Amino acid sequence: MPADSPADSRTRASAPTSAPTSPAVSVSGWGRTAPTTAMLVRPRTQEEAAAAVRECGERGGIARGLGRAYGDAAQNAGGAVFDMTGLDRIRVIDTTRTSDTGAPAATVVCDAGVSLHHLMEVLLPLGWFVPVTPGTRYVTVGGAIGADIHGKNHHVSGSFSRHVLAMDVLTADGTVRTVGPGDALFDATAGGMGLTGVILSATVQLLPVETSLMAVDTERATDLDDLMARLTATDHRYRYSVAWIDLLARGAAMGRSVLTRGDHAPLDALPERARARRAPLAFRPGQLPAAPSFLPEGLLGKASVGLFNELWYRKAPRSRTGELQKISTFFHPLDGVPHWNRVYGRSGFVQYQFVVGYGKEEALRHIVRRISERGCPSFLAVLKRFGESDPGWLSFPMPGWTLALDIPANLPGLGAFLDELDEEVAAADGRVYLAKDSRLRPEMLAAMYPRLDDFRALRAELDPRGVFRSDLSRRLTL
Amino acid sequence: MKDAFGTPQSLLVLGGTSEIGLATARRLVARRTRTVWLAGRPSPALEKAAAGLRDMGADVKTVAFDALDPESHEESLGKIFTEGDIDMVLLAFGVLGDQARDEDEPLAAVRVAQTNYTGAVSAGLVCARALQSQGHGSLVVLSSVAGERARRSNFIYGSSKAGLDAFAQGLGDALHGTGVHVMVVRPGFVRSKMTAGLEEAPMATTPDAVAAAIETGLRRRSETVWVPGALRLVMSALRHAPRPVFRRLPL
Repeated sequence: MPADSPADSRTRASAPTSAPTSPAVSVSGWGRTAPTTAMLVRPRTQEEAAAAVRECGERGGIARGLGRAYGDAAQNAGGAVFDMTGLDRIRVIDTTRTSDTGAPAATVVCDAGVSLHHLMEVLLPLGWFVPVTPGTRYVTVGGAIGADIHGKNHHVSGSFSRHVLAMDVLTADGTVRTVGPGDALFDATAGGMGLTGVILSATVQLLPVETSLMAVDTERATDLDDLMARLTATDHRYRYSVAWIDLLARGAAMGRSVLTRGDHAPLDALPERARARRAPLAFRPGQLPAAPSFLPEGLLGKASVGLFNELWYRKAPRSRTGELQKISTFFHPLDGVPHWNRVYGRSGFVQYQFVVGYGKEEALRHIVRRISERGCPSFLAVLKRFGESDPGWLSFPMPGWTLALDIPANLPGLGAFLDELDEEVAAADGRVYLAKDSRLRPEMLAAMYPRLDDFRALRAELDPRGVFRSDLSRRLTL
Repeated sequence: MKDAFGTPQSLLVLGGTSEIGLATARRLVARRTRTVWLAGRPSPALEKAAAGLRDMGADVKTVAFDALDPESHEESLGKIFTEGDIDMVLLAFGVLGDQARDEDEPLAAVRVAQTNYTGAVSAGLVCARALQSQGHGSLVVLSSVAGERARRSNFIYGSSKAGLDAFAQGLGDALHGTGVHVMVVRPGFVRSKMTAGLEEAPMATTPDAVAAAIETGLRRRSETVWVPGALRLVMSALRHAPRPVFRRLPL
């Protein structure tokens, strides 16, 4: 119920359509770099979300989920940030469908603020899993679409939005539009970093599973070429595939790594008398105490990370097949430590993820060599192969090799170094991932994202006043 | 917006012909800064400074600004912020004065105080308010070690910097939590046209070194930066030296 007369507007704060608003608070991404201040608004209904968009003021607003984007995608200095975690209802779980091939299929219709963690809690006991999960369960469905996230199964399943059948998007004019794949607004919103509108709800296809365990094969690769050969030869045999890579290893050991690949364990893979047999679909992720709120800088230096990497590599078996792991262990090892991002100290860290296409292996080798020669202390470097590109205009994945690493932001000269890597990535027709970015030069964007102009044109048409804005959009002039 | 390393994309230099200000601008333009505002009294020197930065590829605009005319600050500085966000304001204007002459001419001494302190108070507050409504930005204030303890040889300049320093610290506390970061920079003796002809003090530094320290401070979100860093210890000792001893030190 919009209030138009001045007399009404005074009572609007207590009217049922106004969402709770905090005083200005400091907001940052998961990497904790470059915090800015915004008004946090927490809508609890679609009407409140619409009111929040209408009333967000001249510095605009941006939707935010659980704050797992590493950079400044979900912050909006001096404006509004819509905390979407208040819209967290699972509305419909439809398990009566069948897929094109006749296999059982299911969909879930849920609010954008529902986390993948919550979906797993509800869906796993029913025998269904989310189609795509990144390295953390603590992302919302809205965030998963906005960043068009990918997981260890991209080479088989593509990105998250490939499994979205429909979604409701609240656009700048206050209307809610229901869109599906192929619609311009859908494809601009998938990977659009929240800049086309606020995603309110989505219909997502699910994956049937027989157990909540993973059957995992582990093997070691002695160097980068060995790793790439192993991945190329055998990736297609696994639904999930990823390699942890030791970027501090130099010389002949450069690129030594541990491959973990697997699939959902079928019921008959569980040993006859195993405890898991009694509740094969139980979902019990363990959790350790949170990292303390103040940790000194420099815990993750070259020495400590080097030691960790050495142990991690040596600990991995040369080859092991069929090991049963919990979903949380296989997909989300870091979720076990809440606030793990604090170990980087006050100045935070940056995550660098890029992709270069197949055929550009020389560029990948060169970049890995540069990182390892420079000695970037990264203890979470991950290499994987992407499958087909996704339809989202600003979607990150494309067929090729993707490497992700995180580096303490206080490493001297890091900014200039990463700028140089950007040049190499762009020269190889690759791109960096916006959901993880906090430092890209705006000039690089057009080369990396060929549909940028379409995206800008659609935004100019649907949002001429620039209601949807974020620090990321200002920094990169998206 | 600033990037993850605190490097601004847009910069406003108050005191657009300041050597430290320009050294900092050059350093930042070489990284991320694309828009630079140089605020100062209109002069060929100001235009030359702008041209130099333009040659590096920056989009540079100049704006008339007079520290001694605080009544104009609201308007002259306010309009800059209406044209877009400013990620960093560098308050770099100041005069050294001539201690011997200024002691004889109180009005000349007052001019030093008005430029370095009063002018900075009004310009600093105008910019701080604009930054606060943006919800982000850094205000970098060039103070001096001379403000840490007044010395016989330049206490007029030193006292003005002491006032500026205290003001900037308080402003930083007031803005804590607003997204605005205030950084006080305390260089020692800087070899520049301001100090040309003066006898060099120990641990002398250069405008480029100050600029480098500012860039590091931005990355670390520091509140206080000494240039060179060792001055922090030296000045801590000097500050606590008894006055009869301090008076006799050859400073």
